[in-house]
Amino acid sequence: MAKALGRTLAEKVWDDHVVVRGEDGAPDLLYIDLHLIHEVTSPQAFDGLRMAGRPVRRPDLTIATEDHNTPTLNITKQIADPVSRIQIETLRRNCEEFGVRLHPLGDVEQGIVHVVGPQLGLTMPGITVVCGDSHTSTHGAFGAMAFGIGTSEVEHVLATQTLPLTPFKTMAITVEGELRDGVTAKDIILAVIAKIGTGGGQGYVLEYRGSAIRALSMEGRMTICNMSIEAGARAGMVAPDQTTYDYLKGRPHAPKGADWDAAIAYWNTLPTDEDAVFDAEVFLDANELEPFVTWGTNPGQGVLLSDAIPAPESFDDPNEQASARRALEYMDLAAGTRMKDIRVDAVFMGSCTNSRIEDLRAFASVIKGKKKADGVRVMVVPGSARVRLEAEAEGIDKIVEEFGAEWRFAGCSMCLGMNPDQLAPGERCASTSNRNFEGRQGKGGRTHLVSPLVAAATAVRGTLSGPWDLEGLDGRMPETAVGAGAAAQVGNDLRTQGGTR
Amino acid sequence: MEKITVVDGVAVPLERAQVDTDQIIPAEFLKRVTKTGFDDALFFAWRQDPDFVLNDPAFASGTVLVAGPDFGTGSSREHAVWALRDYGFRAVISPRFGDIFRGNSGKQGLLAAQVTEDAVETMWRLIREKPGIPASVDLVSKTVTVGEFTAPFEIDDYTRWRLLEGLDDIALTLRDESSITRFENARQSWRPLTLPAQ
Repeated sequence: MAKALGRTLAEKVWDDHVVVRGEDGAPDLLYIDLHLIHEVTSPQAFDGLRMAGRPVRRPDLTIATEDHNTPTLNITKQIADPVSRIQIETLRRNCEEFGVRLHPLGDVEQGIVHVVGPQLGLTMPGITVVCGDSHTSTHGAFGAMAFGIGTSEVEHVLATQTLPLTPFKTMAITVEGELRDGVTAKDIILAVIAKIGTGGGQGYVLEYRGSAIRALSMEGRMTICNMSIEAGARAGMVAPDQTTYDYLKGRPHAPKGADWDAAIAYWNTLPTDEDAVFDAEVFLDANELEPFVTWGTNPGQGVLLSDAIPAPESFDDPNEQASARRALEYMDLAAGTRMKDIRVDAVFMGSCTNSRIEDLRAFASVIKGKKKADGVRVMVVPGSARVRLEAEAEGIDKIVEEFGAEWRFAGCSMCLGMNPDQLAPGERCASTSNRNFEGRQGKGGRTHLVSPLVAAATAVRGTLSGPWDLEGLDGRMPETAVGAGAAAQVGNDLRTQGGTR
Repeated sequence: MEKITVVDGVAVPLERAQVDTDQIIPAEFLKRVTKTGFDDALFFAWRQDPDFVLNDPAFASGTVLVAGPDFGTGSSREHAVWALRDYGFRAVISPRFGDIFRGNSGKQGLLAAQVTEDAVETMWRLIREKPGIPASVDLVSKTVTVGEFTAPFEIDDYTRWRLLEGLDDIALTLRDESSITRFENARQSWRPLTLPAQ
C-alpha cells in the first residue's frame, strides 16, 4: 500500500495489524485483537483444533456467548429442542476444555454477540474484531476493523490469532445534513443499500462519514455498520470521536488510567486523512430522507414508507427484474400497492441491528399508553440480558406489556428463527432486523425491514406506518419520541456492575 | 486438502440472481455440530418445488453449478459450502460472489469461479438446449468449458495456488509463528483482554 497520499481510517487500522506483509499477490497476515464466539459457527472449528492437537492460542482475546439458539421464554428450563440443546452444550464443553470465557444463558452478560462486545467495552477503536457471523460489521461503529468469517476461519483464528487476508478496497458513504424527527439510522442504511444494491459493497470496507453520521449516537452508528454486509461489504466503519469515547469510558473492559490516555492519543490519529483517496464514493442527503421500508426479499428492495411498490419492469437490469417478480410472488404483493396499505400479522422488535437500549426507548416512546392493533402479535426482544435489566429499570417492560406486546429474554430470536420464535407460513412481519430473505423468520414467512419507530407505529395501527401517522398527532412526532441524535446516555451505574462469570 | 486441477461433470443451471446463503441452506440446519451430512439441506425450501432444477433427473449427478450474479450473499454460514460439497458440487460459477462465501469456498476446496454475466447467460442457454451437457472447470488455465463454449474465469492467485497444491491454511500460517509472537510482544496494553488481568 505505497500510497503517496494520506490514508483512510480502514487503511490505518489494517496497516497496524499486519504481522507479515504479503508479497507477489499473497495476502497479508493480519493480527486479530478480539475474537467473538457463539454456538452456531464454532463447534466444527473446535473439532478441527482437537483433531490437529492444537490449543486456542489466545483465550484471553476470545469470548463466547449463547445467542442464536437460545429461547426467549422460560430460560431457566432445559432447552426443549434437543438439537439446539446439544449445540449449546457443545459450546459449553468447548469453552471449558479450551479455557474460553463464556456468558451462558441466564448470565447477566449473555446476549447477542454484537450487543455484548460493545456493552462490555471490549469493542474499541483501532482494533480488529472477527466473529463467525456476518453482522460482526457492527463493531466498526467504534472505528474498529470488524468483519464476519466462516467456520474454517474461526478455527484459523483460534489456532493462530491471525488471518491471511487481501486488503479491502475503500468506499466512502457520505451522509450530509440533518435527519428529520422520526427518521433514524436504520432509514439511512436501508436507503444506502437500496442505492448501491446488495452487491455494491463487495470487496470494499465502507466508511460512513458526514454530518449526519457524526450526529448519531453509538447505537445509531452500530445499526448502520451492522447492515454493511447487506450491501455486500464485509466491514463498515465510523471514525472514533467524542461520542465514541463517552460511550466507552467506564465500561468494564475499557482502558483505564494511563492506558486510557495512551489509547485516546492513538485513537485521535485514526480518522481518515484529508488528502486520503477512497476507491469509490457515494453521497446521500440526510435532509431528504424519510422512513424507509423493504417490499421484497432482499434488503436492497426497499422504498420510502410513503411510496408504492415499484413495477419489476422499472428496473434496468434483467436479473433485477426477475428478482423483483419472484419477490412479489413470494411476498404476495402487487406492484403499485402503497406501502402504508400493507397489513401485518406480526411485529418483531429486536436483533443485532436494533435491540439496544436506545432502540427500545424509541419503540416505547411511540407505544406508550396505547394498545396494539387487534390480531397483531408483537414481540420485543432486548439484545442482551443487561439491556433487558436496563430497560426494566426505566419501566419499558411495563409499557410493552400494557401495550399488549410480549416482553422476552435476550437473543437473536425471530431475526432468523433458530429458536422457537418464528413466523408461520404466509405470516407477514414488520421487523427491525436485517434480512428479509425468503423464509428467514420462519418457513413461508414474509418480512418487511423497518426502523424501531416504524415498527412501533405499525404495531399500533396494524398496517405499515410511521409515527406521523398516529391519530391525534396531526403529522407531528409524539413528544416523547427519541430522534436519531437525541438519545440519553447509558446509565453509569448499570454498565460498571459485574462483568465476569 | 486434496489437490484440485480440473473439475469435470454435469453443469446445473441455477437461473437466479442474488441467491443468499439462507436459500442455500436454511437456518434450521445450522444447529448440527458436524461438518458433513448436509446434502439433503441444500436449497431445502426450493427443492420442495418439483420444478426446481435439482429435481430434474437430467441434472441428478451435477458437479458444476452455474448461477446468476451475487451468489452466496448474506450470512457467513460455511454450512452453505458444506451443503454444496456434500451434494456433489465441486465448482460454482457466477458473475459475482458474496465475499465471505467466496472465502469459505476456498478453504473447503469448492472452486468459486467468477465469469462475466454474458458467459453465464451463454452457458445457461447451452445447458437448456442440451441438458446434461458436459462441463469442465480448469484451475490451471483458469477457463470454464461447457460443450464447445469456453470462457476465462477469475480467482485470486493465492486461493488458486493453495487449491492447486492442496495446502492447509493453518499450517501455512504457523510457519510465521515467530512473527506472530513478535507482534504480540509489542501489543499495546490498552488493547482489549477478555479475561480479568492476572
